[in-house]
Amino acid sequence: MPLLEIKGLRANVGDKEILKGLDLTVDAGEVHAVMGPNGSGKSTLAQVLAGNPAYEVTGGSVTYQGSDLLEMEPEARAQAGVFLAFQYPVEIPGVSNAYFLRAAYNEIRKARGEEEVDPLEFADLMEEKLDFVSMDSSMLTRSVNTGFSGGEKKRNEILQMAVLQPTLGILDETDSGLDIDALRIVADGVNRLKRPDKATIVVTHYQRLLNYIVPDYVHVLAHGRILKSGGKDLALQLEEKGYDWVTDGTAGAAA
Amino acid sequence: MTTPVVAGSATDQYVSAFDGLAGDAAPGWVQSARRAAFERFAALGFPTTKNEDWHFTSVSAIADQEFVLLSSRSGDVERGELAPFTFGATDWHTMVFVNGRFEPELSDLDQLPAGVRLRDLASAWNELPELAEKVGRLTSYENAAFTALNTAFMHDGAVLEIARETEVAKPIHLLYVVDANAAKGMMHPRNLIVVGRHAKATVIESYVSTTDAMYLTNAVTEVNVGEGATLRHYKMQREGLRAFHVGTIEATQAKDSHYVSFSLATGGSLVRTNVYTTLAGEGGGATLNGLYMLGGEQHCDHQTQIVHAQPNCFSRELYKGVLDGRSHGVFNGKVYVHPIAQKTDGKQTNNTLLLSDTAQIDTKPQLEIFADDVKCTHGATVGQIDQMALFYLKSRGIASALARRLLTYAFAADVLETIEIDEVREDLERMSLERFV
Repeated sequence: MPLLEIKGLRANVGDKEILKGLDLTVDAGEVHAVMGPNGSGKSTLAQVLAGNPAYEVTGGSVTYQGSDLLEMEPEARAQAGVFLAFQYPVEIPGVSNAYFLRAAYNEIRKARGEEEVDPLEFADLMEEKLDFVSMDSSMLTRSVNTGFSGGEKKRNEILQMAVLQPTLGILDETDSGLDIDALRIVADGVNRLKRPDKATIVVTHYQRLLNYIVPDYVHVLAHGRILKSGGKDLALQLEEKGYDWVTDGTAGAAA
Repeated sequence: MTTPVVAGSATDQYVSAFDGLAGDAAPGWVQSARRAAFERFAALGFPTTKNEDWHFTSVSAIADQEFVLLSSRSGDVERGELAPFTFGATDWHTMVFVNGRFEPELSDLDQLPAGVRLRDLASAWNELPELAEKVGRLTSYENAAFTALNTAFMHDGAVLEIARETEVAKPIHLLYVVDANAAKGMMHPRNLIVVGRHAKATVIESYVSTTDAMYLTNAVTEVNVGEGATLRHYKMQREGLRAFHVGTIEATQAKDSHYVSFSLATGGSLVRTNVYTTLAGEGGGATLNGLYMLGGEQHCDHQTQIVHAQPNCFSRELYKGVLDGRSHGVFNGKVYVHPIAQKTDGKQTNNTLLLSDTAQIDTKPQLEIFADDVKCTHGATVGQIDQMALFYLKSRGIASALARRLLTYAFAADVLETIEIDEVREDLERMSLERFV
């Protein structure tokens, strides 16, 4: 049984259809890169998988670990091991990063029938995880993403991923706006989370993140569908030739 | 005596309650102050929504009730029942009133430092007449029916004086508790706080109940902050959901003084809190903050007024509200800047979070500026839970209900951060997380 199986997925934002029958199968242990031009539907795919209610699914199916993912609330998906690293992490003034992370960690443990951890135990865990993404502990006392630089926000996403240990990680343009150092840290974080029972979907516009995170499969998403799939070499071809080569010269916004 | 006629439907009860009070041991000046106030109340009657100050708040539910004056001790509150209202603090100076009457047995006043005088009103006007006689001097009931009513019925409350140059380290907690014996009763607590030159103190004024009985609290607190003095004054209104509460705090500030007020309102069915301060000397500052969190059918109205009567003063005001269910919040923030009050620096903000489609807020900033060299700003926002933030929290496994509570807590966080007493701030932070479970 694949970890994730997407069949004929269709989704709208408002009246506009963005995903138009998308198929994708991900097995445990794999890293998939979904690449495509702006407006092709990459972020829509990521948001739909995480359950953002702003996106309306109009057709198709998504099966995760044998369950109908689309029937699950966003929190139930997270509790079942789905994690989306947001392209634009949300600022939540007034809630400290430490409180937020511990609440999330405990909610997921609770859902799995595990004991909740107290602030002291959690602080020990955080020490290790912060190191993992080269973040200073002062990040924990700041409000979630509030006043964070672009790079700090992305690292904070990877920190959450490291703490929550998802089974299926989805990185939505985590590379955009990052300098090389931050890119390395993010990629290193992802690589260290790679395990035979877990999978990652890396959504990106550019090939450069794939210099650091080596995918098993590369897919080209355009016009709301996967138009071409291949190995990691496909990413290099895309970098060289651009998307027009795959999309028949109509790469732009999904019309 | 000739008894005036009270406008409104509940005439007789106020007349007979007033006549009943005339036999107590209050000195002559109190008796005449009461009588004058009762006459004024009779002339004014209860305010209607035609009165600009009461436009969004109808008090007909109060006017239509027949309340019994709770003139003698009536409660049977035990010490253990006070725990939810004392912020976990054990070493504060706490003065407890039950159903409007001072309860020495429940109070902890033996550790009051030198320079602090704190008495109940009835003993103060016999034992500290020169201090007690200030009662009524710092407020006017000319156009304030509830203050007139309070004055007409004043017979208990706290009289507090902090001597000049005295710094009181621990908070002084005036804790007004109401129990089931007060059902259908009315109380008119009357407090006086006088802070001497360069003195510094924190006073918490709590109104709470151990019952969901219907009753009326109509409190007035007069405050005088002396030259260079600082008073932090927290009002915690956390009464039962059927209580009526009208409370007025009226402060006068001398030169270089700082008056810091915080008003919390989470209880009651119909609540009106007035916080008024006059910057009567140069170089003073007033900080008026507040938080109201309402649900069900609750109605809560805050009216604040800052009078800049002298130059070079600042005022800062931040009121936040969280409204759920069919609750109705009102915020009216008045700032008057007199012609001579140049270099006034004023800022007022009111932000409200609506958790339901049926909750309602009326917010009315009111700036009247007669000086030409001032900096005064105001702003009001009304919003709902940020759906993107909600989704973000849920996408991390945090269940919907907890995510909403976290965002509510987050909304209230900045105004709660202004509370400088850790025990109070932490208690209210917990409350803000749990208010809408």
